[in-house]
Amino acid sequence: MNIFAYIGRAVLDLLAQIGRLAGFTGRSLAALASPPFYGRLVLQQFIRIGYLSMPVVGLTALSTGAVLALQIYLGGNRYGAESIVPQIVVLGITRELGPVIAGLMVAGRVAAAIAAEIGTMKVTEQIDALTTLSTNPVKYLVVPRLVAAVVCMPILTAAGDSIGVFGGYLVATKNLGFTGSVYLKNTVDFATAQDINSGLIKAAVFGFIVALMGCYNGFNSKGGAQGVGAATTNAVVSSCILILATDFVLTALLFHTA
Amino acid sequence: MTPKIQLIGVKKRFGSKVVLDGVDLTVEPGTSLVIIGGSGTGKSVTIKSILGIITPDEGQVLIDGVDVTGLRGSARDPLMRKFGMLFQGGALFDSLAVWENVAFGLIQGRGMARAKAKDIAIEKLGAVGLTSDVAYLSPSELSGGMQKRVGLARAIAADPEIIFFDEPTTGLDPIMADIINDLIVSTVKDVGATALSITHDMTSARKISDRIAMLYGGKIIWQGPTAEIDRSGNEYVDQFIHGRAEGPIKMAVKA
Repeated sequence: MNIFAYIGRAVLDLLAQIGRLAGFTGRSLAALASPPFYGRLVLQQFIRIGYLSMPVVGLTALSTGAVLALQIYLGGNRYGAESIVPQIVVLGITRELGPVIAGLMVAGRVAAAIAAEIGTMKVTEQIDALTTLSTNPVKYLVVPRLVAAVVCMPILTAAGDSIGVFGGYLVATKNLGFTGSVYLKNTVDFATAQDINSGLIKAAVFGFIVALMGCYNGFNSKGGAQGVGAATTNAVVSSCILILATDFVLTALLFHTA
Repeated sequence: MTPKIQLIGVKKRFGSKVVLDGVDLTVEPGTSLVIIGGSGTGKSVTIKSILGIITPDEGQVLIDGVDVTGLRGSARDPLMRKFGMLFQGGALFDSLAVWENVAFGLIQGRGMARAKAKDIAIEKLGAVGLTSDVAYLSPSELSGGMQKRVGLARAIAADPEIIFFDEPTTGLDPIMADIINDLIVSTVKDVGATALSITHDMTSARKISDRIAMLYGGKIIWQGPTAEIDRSGNEYVDQFIHGRAEGPIKMAVKA
């Protein structure tokens, strides 16, 4: 095949894909703003997306905080700066690792689950059935998931931040010879509201990305079990990539460094 | 009399594949029309064009004489309340109990109170021969035939004016297929609805229809009263209703 035709087709496919995603996002936001609202379904998604993600987010935050403390201590040790551990741990966790790791974990757990559920509904005509029963599928399926993810992610991240700092505290006090009260005082004195808030804003955006990519890929799945499998994979991969890409953009915007 | 459903020159293509190439079809109020045709001839696309799940590229869809082709979003809501549909695979919501499936259109679509909708759901389940203890089961606990019955109960729950049946007997044993055919005939009459079905099961088609139309090559190539299907004088129809491999219809082995 002609190499230019190949490149041209790939670019057109990409643009069409972006266009479809933008259209889907627009329809979802429009549906968000107008009744009917499905309160019961939002509550159900709070449990599935928020509550049930707590263990995995907590566990990864704990180990991240612990490892971070250890690495900073070892690194700082090279030029006698090991006392900086609490400050760097709280900075790293609240600004970056808390929201990003929670986002990636929720992407793996929730984007996959959403895409698989909605994808199966799509290929078994359940989404068409919603339409014939006078129910807008976007309002019924997408909006509750978007709302729940955007609200839950900052809460998950706030909990993850605390657990992450606690992980660092554990390692620092048990293994590295820090005094507990000094560690906590240094943490609290150093962290600013902006450190924490910027992380929570990121988390809300990541929540939006995860729910959107799960729903979008689910709605566009085709052709049976294989199609649903592909949609699930695409949902996880695309949310992870988008999380990492928007993380950079958000950091630049929130801290005016670009 | 104004036709209940009228399609005028409906065309639809997917990519380079032309599925509907100018379909003209009329269904009179209170009658049952069955569209027959091979797999992939656009029967489902025809129904989905009427339902608005698919938008035709060209042509018009008229319901009660009103052009509804371009209706979108909330403008479409009053129209959708006239419709009920039985899907091929049932398309029951597996996260909801059987009665919630049947009551879905009443609760979500029309804002009826749950308790009242539940009474109606159980009554409709009774109409398709299911007892109230089935109401609390999950759809995945039901056999294929029972799922079809629940799908039928859901389709008629809101007393629709028009009911669509997509391959109602596919995947059922001959006895269960006949039971479903009887239920379709009786429920459509009870509700006084207009019915539009698609099938390739000729036994079912003869039983549930007043008129039959055959879709081939994206067009309606023959239509007439059910009694006349055996003397249609159309060799395509003859080949199809007798299920012959040899004839003018060449099945595309590869889609």
